[in-house]
Amino acid sequence: MAGIPHDHYEPKTGFEKWLHSRLPIVGLAYDALMIPTPKNLNWWWIWGIVLAFCLVLQIVTGIILAMHYTPHVDMAFASLEHIMRDVNGGHFLRYTHANGASLFFVAVYIHLFRGLFYGSYKAPREITWIVGMLIYLMMMATGFLGYVLPWGQMSFWGATVITGLFGAIPFVGESLQAWLLGGPAVDNATLNRFFSLHYLLPFVIAALVAIHIWAFHTTGNNNPTGVEVRRGSKEEAEKDTLPFWPYFVIKDLFALSLILLIFFAIVGFMPNYLGHPDNYIEANPLATPAHIVPEWYYLPFYAILRAFTADVWVVQAVSFITGGIVDAKFFGVLAMFGSIFVMALAPWLDTSSVRSGQYRPMFKWWFRLMAIDFIVLMWVGARDTEFPHDWISLIGATYWFAYFLVILPLLGVIEKPSTPPATIEDDFNAHYPDAAKNAAE
Amino acid sequence: MIKKLTTSAILALALTTGGALASGDGGAIHDEAFSFEGPFGTYDQNQLQRGLKIYTEICSSCHGLKYVPLRTLSDDGGPNFSADQVRAYAAENFEVFDAELDDYRPSTPVDHFPVSNDPNAPDLSLMAKARAGFHGPAGTGINQLVRGIGGAEYIAAFLTGFTGEEKEVAGSVLYENTAFAGGWTAMPPQLWGEDVEFDDGHANDIHHEAVDMAAFLMWAAEPKMMERQHAGFVAVLLLTLLTALLYLTNKKLWAPHKGKKTDL
Repeated sequence: MAGIPHDHYEPKTGFEKWLHSRLPIVGLAYDALMIPTPKNLNWWWIWGIVLAFCLVLQIVTGIILAMHYTPHVDMAFASLEHIMRDVNGGHFLRYTHANGASLFFVAVYIHLFRGLFYGSYKAPREITWIVGMLIYLMMMATGFLGYVLPWGQMSFWGATVITGLFGAIPFVGESLQAWLLGGPAVDNATLNRFFSLHYLLPFVIAALVAIHIWAFHTTGNNNPTGVEVRRGSKEEAEKDTLPFWPYFVIKDLFALSLILLIFFAIVGFMPNYLGHPDNYIEANPLATPAHIVPEWYYLPFYAILRAFTADVWVVQAVSFITGGIVDAKFFGVLAMFGSIFVMALAPWLDTSSVRSGQYRPMFKWWFRLMAIDFIVLMWVGARDTEFPHDWISLIGATYWFAYFLVILPLLGVIEKPSTPPATIEDDFNAHYPDAAKNAAE
Repeated sequence: MIKKLTTSAILALALTTGGALASGDGGAIHDEAFSFEGPFGTYDQNQLQRGLKIYTEICSSCHGLKYVPLRTLSDDGGPNFSADQVRAYAAENFEVFDAELDDYRPSTPVDHFPVSNDPNAPDLSLMAKARAGFHGPAGTGINQLVRGIGGAEYIAAFLTGFTGEEKEVAGSVLYENTAFAGGWTAMPPQLWGEDVEFDDGHANDIHHEAVDMAAFLMWAAEPKMMERQHAGFVAVLLLTLLTALLYLTNKKLWAPHKGKKTDL
């Protein structure tokens, strides 16, 4: 697809021309910054900037923390206390990094659900969506690896439980788990490689982010109407768009500033609220905590993992058909990874001809139910598995799969969508009647 | 616009609070009005000094504070002793093994508090952050937003929570405690009231002692709290200003395109 027509960078001075013919780097930056952006983007579109900021924040704070951290089972926990007590500003840095992970996930979940509602995953933006899902997976991995580094009780036992998931894979599971851990159990080798990978993955994420941006700069942004920018001519396109700089940069910075205000209030006044008290107890392989609970951002998927127990008939049926190869534990693992996989398949599962959820009367309700389902799964993921929590997680997990595998494909067939506005300009002018008047004058 | 933004903020809050976790099955914990609670809370220097005295005279016979450097007793925002007082306190109360001397010598401010004397007694350095007092409602931990996490409250409730009941399990005596997860702890009751005499004649009933001890352990776990809150306050103030300026910039920038007049 051709990009949206717009003015490109023209080197003017002799030096600019000299540089441009050798390395068009200024042109690249100019085109990226001045990209025509649908002028009707609402406030759900600001989270991309928050995410970019989070990545930089985590890398910068993380690099400094790594200067003072010791990845050794006998010293890791003490080195954190060294950071908290002796390093200048270390306590603030560490709390910013720990809570920064939470901000990162708040932003990614809102960003993701925005995409799900406004159909941002649909053609021609499938690649943007898939790369986004890869970024999300990498974030989950990085967050998990990072949570092990303080070497508290939850670090240790979380690592034991999560790497145990790989142990559930038939035939190769145990060898794979030992290979991941660098030994038969979580120990010094594990901590060392987790530290190494926790340092590496953010840079992989940064590369994927560049591809993510490249992809949607090629297709253009989606927008609340789901209607494409007119590309017939530059004049037409300019009626639908405004350049990213300064309009959206300033808008996004305003939103980012407000979000950071809340963020630093949390870091300053209640930095341990989102953490788990048990992680202030040094890792002890001989004492299992009463409840092993992952960080809040994994809870919905943790709930899906635990939902499919051996009591569920589907699990029994699958176990019977596969001759016991897919047992309840492995089924849970498949369900957990599957729940993210079906999300990645959304571009092909959604059969509706209308992109934005705004114009889909039935979809709207199923979507809202899905968002509530996500919150419920998050809540139940932190509970024990006694009744009624087992049923709630089973129903929640079932709805998650039903939404993607049944509801999305069916809605496209049975739903009668309303008509989106013809152009982005129409939508914008409907919101701002004075803008239309001015344009007419 | 503001409505949408508010919705985003509420959603963000719902997402995060939904994950605030509960831990343990702690018993009855009462909310105490500690001076260090809330964004403007500060440690009460006298209370920390009283807590240190209780630790030194009672708790330290079994429990260590191995992550706490003795020198921090003279830090701002802590018990705030003078450097001389800390030197005297360290030398008077603790000994440390010196590899160079190949012998024990009196502690100095550069040393840490000792490790636990009793291997079964947990180190107390981080205890006030390693326990949560409040878990509700429905185990979501959302009430921690209002009351705080409650680690200090847990410690105070634990120290005063002994019922006097004892039982013997597998050769060791367990003591019933209303705050302790599971209800039975291996630690015998230590505070009875009037266990420590304070120089300033401060009340030394069991409740006052427990609360002073809890406050001291909160400081031991989070010695940079006041510094952190100050930094947080400056950050919030500057970001409020920046947000206001960006709001106005954004409004002015978009006004011509939205057909709005602006006087800015």
